[in-house]
Amino acid sequence: MNRFVLLAAALATSAMFAPAHAQNSRVAITTSFSKDVTDPIKASFEKANPGITLDIQNRNTNAGVKYLEETRSNNQLDIFWASAPDAFEVLKDKDLLQKYEPTVKGLPDKVGAYPINDPDGFYFGFAASGYGIMWNTRYAEANDLPDPKDWQDLAKPAYFDHVAIASPARSGTTHLTVETILQGEGWNEGWRTLKEVAGNFQTITERSFGVPEAVNSGQVGYGIVIDFFAFSAQGAGFPVKFVYPTVTTVVPANVGIVANAPNKEGAATFVDYLLSSEGQKVLLEPTIRRLPINPAVYADAPDGYPNPFKDPQFSSMMMFDVDKSGARTAVVDTLFDQLISFQLDNLKEVTKAIHEAEAALDKADNPQARALIKEARDMIASMPVTEEQASSAEITGAFTGAKEKGARQAELEQQWATFARDNYAKAKAKVDEAAKLAR
Amino acid sequence: MTVALSEALPRRRGLGSPGPAVVAILIAVFLALFLIIPTASVVYVAFTERGTGAFTLVNIQDFFANDLFMRSLWNSFYVSTLTVVLASVFALPLAYITTRFDFRGSAIIQTLGFLPLIMPPFVGAVAMQLLFGRNGSINLLLYDWFGLRVPFMEGLNGVIFVQAIHYFPFILINLSAALRNIDRSMEEAAQNLGSSGIRLFRRIVFPLAMPGYIAGASLVFVKVFDDLATPLLLNVKDMLAPQAYLRVTSIGITDPMGYVIAVILIVVSVAAMWISALAFRGRDYATTQRGGGGLARRRMRPLEKLLAYAVVLVILALVLAPHVALTLLSFATIWSFSPLPDAFTTAHYERVFSDSFLYIKNTLLYASLAGVIDVVLGTAIAYLVLRTKLVGRQWLDWAATAALAVPGVVLGIGYLRTFYGVQLPNGAPLTSLWLVIVLALAIRRLPYALRACFAALQQISIALEEAAQNVGATPTRTVRRVVVPLMMGGILAGFVTSFATAAVELSAALMLVQTNSDAPLAYGLYVFMQSAAGRGPGAALGVIAVLLVAACTVLSQIIIARSQKNTGMSQ
Repeated sequence: MNRFVLLAAALATSAMFAPAHAQNSRVAITTSFSKDVTDPIKASFEKANPGITLDIQNRNTNAGVKYLEETRSNNQLDIFWASAPDAFEVLKDKDLLQKYEPTVKGLPDKVGAYPINDPDGFYFGFAASGYGIMWNTRYAEANDLPDPKDWQDLAKPAYFDHVAIASPARSGTTHLTVETILQGEGWNEGWRTLKEVAGNFQTITERSFGVPEAVNSGQVGYGIVIDFFAFSAQGAGFPVKFVYPTVTTVVPANVGIVANAPNKEGAATFVDYLLSSEGQKVLLEPTIRRLPINPAVYADAPDGYPNPFKDPQFSSMMMFDVDKSGARTAVVDTLFDQLISFQLDNLKEVTKAIHEAEAALDKADNPQARALIKEARDMIASMPVTEEQASSAEITGAFTGAKEKGARQAELEQQWATFARDNYAKAKAKVDEAAKLAR
Repeated sequence: MTVALSEALPRRRGLGSPGPAVVAILIAVFLALFLIIPTASVVYVAFTERGTGAFTLVNIQDFFANDLFMRSLWNSFYVSTLTVVLASVFALPLAYITTRFDFRGSAIIQTLGFLPLIMPPFVGAVAMQLLFGRNGSINLLLYDWFGLRVPFMEGLNGVIFVQAIHYFPFILINLSAALRNIDRSMEEAAQNLGSSGIRLFRRIVFPLAMPGYIAGASLVFVKVFDDLATPLLLNVKDMLAPQAYLRVTSIGITDPMGYVIAVILIVVSVAAMWISALAFRGRDYATTQRGGGGLARRRMRPLEKLLAYAVVLVILALVLAPHVALTLLSFATIWSFSPLPDAFTTAHYERVFSDSFLYIKNTLLYASLAGVIDVVLGTAIAYLVLRTKLVGRQWLDWAATAALAVPGVVLGIGYLRTFYGVQLPNGAPLTSLWLVIVLALAIRRLPYALRACFAALQQISIALEEAAQNVGATPTRTVRRVVVPLMMGGILAGFVTSFATAAVELSAALMLVQTNSDAPLAYGLYVFMQSAAGRGPGAALGVIAVLLVAACTVLSQIIIARSQKNTGMSQ
């Protein structure tokens, strides 16, 4: 034992007295981006700015926000760098970011219908991303499945048990996808689409990257993902394809300077570099594959690279309302979890029954059975709260730890879960009745 | 610390000298500072009312009124229990064959049987999916040949399967140590009285090895009950630990239910340990009365040998399959919806080589320091609980065990809250020292070392200590020269489990890593495993981690074996 202690102690002391970094030349960054994204950018930045080193710390977006909150009394970070714009809204509201005016001028104000930068100058978009469907071509071929074009396609019987999504409560980008569908199709229709597609889910993953990982390795055929997951997988050689559905949006990935940054000057240099055409070009690397926000850079892009400033599909994309989304974030995520994630077995069971009954009806039609199935579908689609209620102070208060007393989150969750479970069971009974008639 | 030793020694001493009390207080302070206060700083929310912050139990009531939570609670019990059963099926034959028989390759089997414990996060799960998943190699082949699929990795049964493979080494290590520790004279006495074969094992050997088995089995139970990584990677969310984690990290720090679940986890874990301790009440497992011995190893008949090899090979093939898949993945170019990768390359190793040196250095440093802290504390707590009559000594045990149930992320946030305000002389916060990561790792892995030390001490007869003191040794000297050397097998088992599992720990590290230059290997893996092109390099880093930890394990075994020889402890 003594030898261990001596060895460990020797190692410990030698590491303790290792020379510290020179403070002024180090920019500390917390980011949710993978090494494949940060490494090329770090390398080109350090080459262009000798004397400044980037210290890149990888945390997922939620952990990064929490870390900044917990350490604000003695902040050691300079830059917050991540995809989800709503995380930056949260940071801005909590005074954890500081204003800056980038020196790079002449960039567009909007990508698709989405403003690129924070109007108050707290954070800046540096790359655009859209949401869509990615799939494994080998899987599709082996299971003889057609290529999907739109969200509703994924609700077709052929895709039963072949689709994956990340839980919106866990993945900022999936949350935006869900919110995009809700805003694009309306609250009731949007939830209907979501639940119909959800009936075909094989799995709901706990982190964003879980979906492309499952599609890349062929465990799941189809994934609802942000575009660069598919593009970078293609860049790495995986047999995958991607499509932007009609109801979608492009949103910027952002960068912001942390309030009380120890190295504000270095942080500013980094932001300016990211927005410069030199920095923008790095985004085209095969392992990164994000859409630059400088339109001129697309001249260097490989053939077939999507261009949100030119391609017609992007101009028809919907306007995304950030304020609406922000007000009901927790409610939407919890509804998704209680009505879909934690009821997935029940939802899949009734969905499968509907598929089978409808297949039988296609052979021998029966209007009464059709009517029953329509009732069942409406029952599945029905929501425990209306759009107005979802953003009412009464309900959102339960999720924010509001100062006044009121309904507790756990209470609401139990109510919603019971609502979903009962409705799915009733719908199942109706479908069974219809199946009998169809026989 | 000179105590009059001429007086008759009571069977259990400790009140006579202040030494044990001082040690107990030091340990209590350590646990309070680095476990209880940080955890409490986060968990107290469970008992506060929304809005007012007043004390309330309504959140606990909400827990029991919620279908999802009750389902999760039941599922967690179900999975933990069945995992113990399945893990025992893997561990018992391996432990028995390697310790009881003259079996070639015993040392290799013991080392290989230990490997599943070192499954690097994320990449391990990807490797298992590629092998056992719905469209993994095995199912693709089965589907091709027979048109069927086996759901190895789906639902609760998938969790049980993976957890049993992952954690059965806890039982293997502790049971093997216990089997080796049984005094040969016991077996000889039984044989003299005409007992042999299965009966000898069932009536004499296994009951005497019980402390080791229970130590391992209770660890597996509690570990599986509290583990969130495996269920989440299989996308099983309706279990208790994943529920706690999901709520704390997605709904936010103000939500009480996450902490209510954490409290329930802690209560169940401590209760499980308490019940396993009850099993020993009033029984004496101490057989080591003359400084060791170990069971006699028997030669096998040819047919027995064939059977033994078959059993060992089947079990090893199953439990090492994930590592085989991991190795394949680390050399694979693209591996997608096919039984084997498309082609092989060494490029991934080249890519991680430059980065990994730093990660390796940090990992070795943190994990070995954490391991040392754990066995020192573990030995001390085991001695205090079993050999002294200090008031409240059990609480040290329970508090240390509760660490199993504190989710890593809760401990991480607790550390930030408790220590971030403390400034170093140069103005940087205390948490920016990597030593904080070591302390978090040590606390998280303390229960492993503690159970191993407990089992080891339970098997040593107090008569040996009394003998030492009768011939004039002070209590300190007795502990140093008699107790610790006799416990060495168990202490080593404890060090190895703490070290190896700390080396691949991620959740607390993720919160506490402050600069990339302080990051351990698990963190490096996490960073790689967030992108498509990072899968190969991540697997390569994972293989390096496994090899490294395995090499250190073997090395520490050799060192201990040598030092035992030097002190005349070997048999």
